[in-house]
Amino acid sequence: MKVDRRSFLGLGIGAVAGIAVSPMGMKLTDDSAIWTQNWPWTPVPVDGKVNYEKSVCSLCPGSCGISVRKIDNRPVKIEGLADHPVNDGGACLHGIAGLQYLYDPARIKTPLKKNGANFEKISWNDAIELVAEKLSNMREKGSPEKLACITDKEQGSVSGLFKRLLKTFGSPEFYTMPSLESYLEITASALHGKGKTIAFDLENASFVLSFGAGIIEGWGSPVSCFKANASRKTRHAQLYQIEPRLSNTAANADRWIPVKPGSEADLALGISSVILKNNLFDSNATSNFKGDLNKLAAVLQKDYSLAKTAKITGVKPDDIKKIATLFAKAEMPVAVFGKGRGDGAQSLKELAAVHTLNCLVGNINKKGGAFVKPNNQYLEFPDVAMDSIAKTGFGKNKTGKYVNQFFEEVNRSSQSLIEALFIYNANPCYTLHDTKKIKKALDKIPFIVSFSSFLDETAMEADVILPSHTFMERFEDVPSSGGLVKTVVGLTRPVIRPLFNTKTPGDSLILIAKALKGNIAKSFPWTTYDKCLESLTSRIWNSLSEDGFAVLSNGMPGDSQPVDVSFLAKNPASLKAQGNYDLTLIPIDNMRLMSAATASSPFAVKTVSDSVLKGKDIVVEINPLTAKGLKNRGFAVLTTPMGKTRVKVNINEGMMPGVIGMVTGLGHTFDNKYVSNKGVNINDLIGQVIEPDSGLDAAFGIKASISKA
Amino acid sequence: MSEIENKAENGSTESAGEGSAGEAKDDKGLGLGIIFFIIAFVACFLSGTLLFPKLLYSKKEQPFNFDHALHVSEAGDCETCHSLREDGSFTGIPKLATCLDCHYEDVLGETEDEATFVEEYVSKEKEVPWHVYSRQPDSVFFSHAAHTEAGGMDCVSCHGNIGESTSSRPYEENRITGYSRDIWGKNIFGIKKHSWDRMKMDDCAKCHKKETGHQGYCFQCHK
Repeated sequence: MKVDRRSFLGLGIGAVAGIAVSPMGMKLTDDSAIWTQNWPWTPVPVDGKVNYEKSVCSLCPGSCGISVRKIDNRPVKIEGLADHPVNDGGACLHGIAGLQYLYDPARIKTPLKKNGANFEKISWNDAIELVAEKLSNMREKGSPEKLACITDKEQGSVSGLFKRLLKTFGSPEFYTMPSLESYLEITASALHGKGKTIAFDLENASFVLSFGAGIIEGWGSPVSCFKANASRKTRHAQLYQIEPRLSNTAANADRWIPVKPGSEADLALGISSVILKNNLFDSNATSNFKGDLNKLAAVLQKDYSLAKTAKITGVKPDDIKKIATLFAKAEMPVAVFGKGRGDGAQSLKELAAVHTLNCLVGNINKKGGAFVKPNNQYLEFPDVAMDSIAKTGFGKNKTGKYVNQFFEEVNRSSQSLIEALFIYNANPCYTLHDTKKIKKALDKIPFIVSFSSFLDETAMEADVILPSHTFMERFEDVPSSGGLVKTVVGLTRPVIRPLFNTKTPGDSLILIAKALKGNIAKSFPWTTYDKCLESLTSRIWNSLSEDGFAVLSNGMPGDSQPVDVSFLAKNPASLKAQGNYDLTLIPIDNMRLMSAATASSPFAVKTVSDSVLKGKDIVVEINPLTAKGLKNRGFAVLTTPMGKTRVKVNINEGMMPGVIGMVTGLGHTFDNKYVSNKGVNINDLIGQVIEPDSGLDAAFGIKASISKA
Repeated sequence: MSEIENKAENGSTESAGEGSAGEAKDDKGLGLGIIFFIIAFVACFLSGTLLFPKLLYSKKEQPFNFDHALHVSEAGDCETCHSLREDGSFTGIPKLATCLDCHYEDVLGETEDEATFVEEYVSKEKEVPWHVYSRQPDSVFFSHAAHTEAGGMDCVSCHGNIGESTSSRPYEENRITGYSRDIWGKNIFGIKKHSWDRMKMDDCAKCHKKETGHQGYCFQCHK
């Protein structure tokens, strides 16, 4: 028997035929078809029971009610909560992307301690002990007032606990970051007295005179403002938008009135001047003016005549007169302040000048007007126990009136003014003007404790980080703010078990207080923050926990309000932009980018248009008349007294000549590949300009030049 | 001269003149070829039928043995544990919380499996990572409610008599697709005796055709 090639042929054909007749071919074909339709590396959502939880979004001060869609215990989607008094089912792009913050790459997963230039992980016990030891030493040395604290807001139980800790410890150094809420309170305090705030009835107003307020760009409570603006057409209400740039709000308005940057206050005073001169004011309302109205009228007639105002603002005299007449004769007029989102630098002169318009036409506490109401008071804190050290320390003067002055004083002083600083829900190293100076001030403070959830620019400067749960992992009361007419308190609640070794900021504070012992521990009698919150809000807890919110007041305040215009009657000077260049750089607030303590989500950054951020390059807006020699979408070098940077240029007529607009909210530098290192932070390029009469940073922009790169 | 050259030469000689001798050789070679063909055919057919499934599927044991028969007798019918939610979606394999409705105290029975369940999962509040015999690929949408509630089908039609089993058989996972062997069926030829022997698309279509008069459209299941 000889094995030849035919044998091999037989073997081969036999093998092929055998395989072909066996089910192997059929089965492998089927399996590969299934495999290609279900790539194993494609994530498949886990199946489970669909359920919804009511909570409140805390990403911005808007306080929108949210409904979190969950599959079993895993939140998968955020939607607006239907019938919520603030947003009635609506949600903004930041809110719907809120879940991305849970899994943010910059999240701090465990307490950290600075060791040289790096952080090292420590246990909660060690972290609390370390903080308590530093603070105890300060009290032993008799200088408790050297402990300072910066948070995002005055209202709410967590800020309340920070204030309480400072008070029982013995320090008056509690600061909040600039926000629309703070400006509303400052304005109300200057014109109507302390403990009050202002709201604007945009839903009903028939004529809205907006001094740059980005009503559809994130000003106030964004979703509520979108809805009010959307109903404008059916209500036949008008919107006049005064700002240097054709923003979305301006484009949506009945009229856009371009005004030279920084001259909004002058325009408001010019309009007041016309109203007073032409007897267009409401005589009942002016009876509420307590003195100084005549003095103000005299100042206005002298310095804010039509011609002078027109020269300062760039608005034609006829237009000023027309606006004044339309505003005063409108059935329900309201003048709105707060440029952009309303949380940037503002001067009290501008705030007061705009609000004086409301006072003059008599729309205070009237439908469609401006409501002056008492500050949100729903928390019932027990008395604070204070020993003599605390009393002495607490009685001392604050380093600065506002947070900008605080940093300036810390920088200026040769001594160690502040020895320890608590920072919660604030990112001053990113959001305040002249970030280098802020970092320098922080460098001078020997012990910084951050309660941040994310390792952001400011948390990087901390010595100890006691990381907080995100708003989806904790309970917290969220008072409505942002100029909302209704006074509502929402309850943010955990919709997922904490992902990392973090704590509610309230719990961290309770632990610190207990470790400090004595009166301080006595002032924090609660075992947990959740129990504390329940007891502080006992009056409204049932409705908070069941509905997710409690409405404290729905209607307008009935009482008339005294008006004090003495601040304006002193004729405070208008501030100039810093520097000697020809152009003015101003910030632009864009709805798609967040620029406060919380950075934008990866989703939000992806939605930004190419005319704002192209790749990693920021695009500035400039008028064709100003952009001589520059190529549209080409590179340019932007120079301000604070430094220079490379930008791309978007040449369009929506920006006034002589002005360069740069978006806020870009240029983060912390470790988050989706959000950081895109564009530049405009606050690196603008320095602060403190308004002498108020102490506020009122830098509306800075002088700049731009040239071809 | 090398062997190859020799062969080449012989070959050319064969083709030139030794016709009859060549034929005799051919027959012999053909016979051998057929034998080789048969051997290879049988070997490959058998390995494609018997060995291939062993290679294609990997056997995995369930986390611990589950006695369906015992649970049915104690708890009632299938729906007690495998229920429909209010929105009509199917709960599938019950979550730990459902088990705890009965297993809320220590070990109820005396089996080793239940001890494992309590120690490893109940006390650690960990979901049991069951292997699901009947999990369909994710490219398929399937509503239990439409079949059991609206169609009035019973569980056995598709799932067989699993409720009578006293132990968990090993789960066989397809190494290529990652899905259970139960979808194709135990028989590698795809031959089935009972309605629950296979859960392929053709089986769905066949039943739909029989019950509704139409086999259905693609998008009804492949959304």
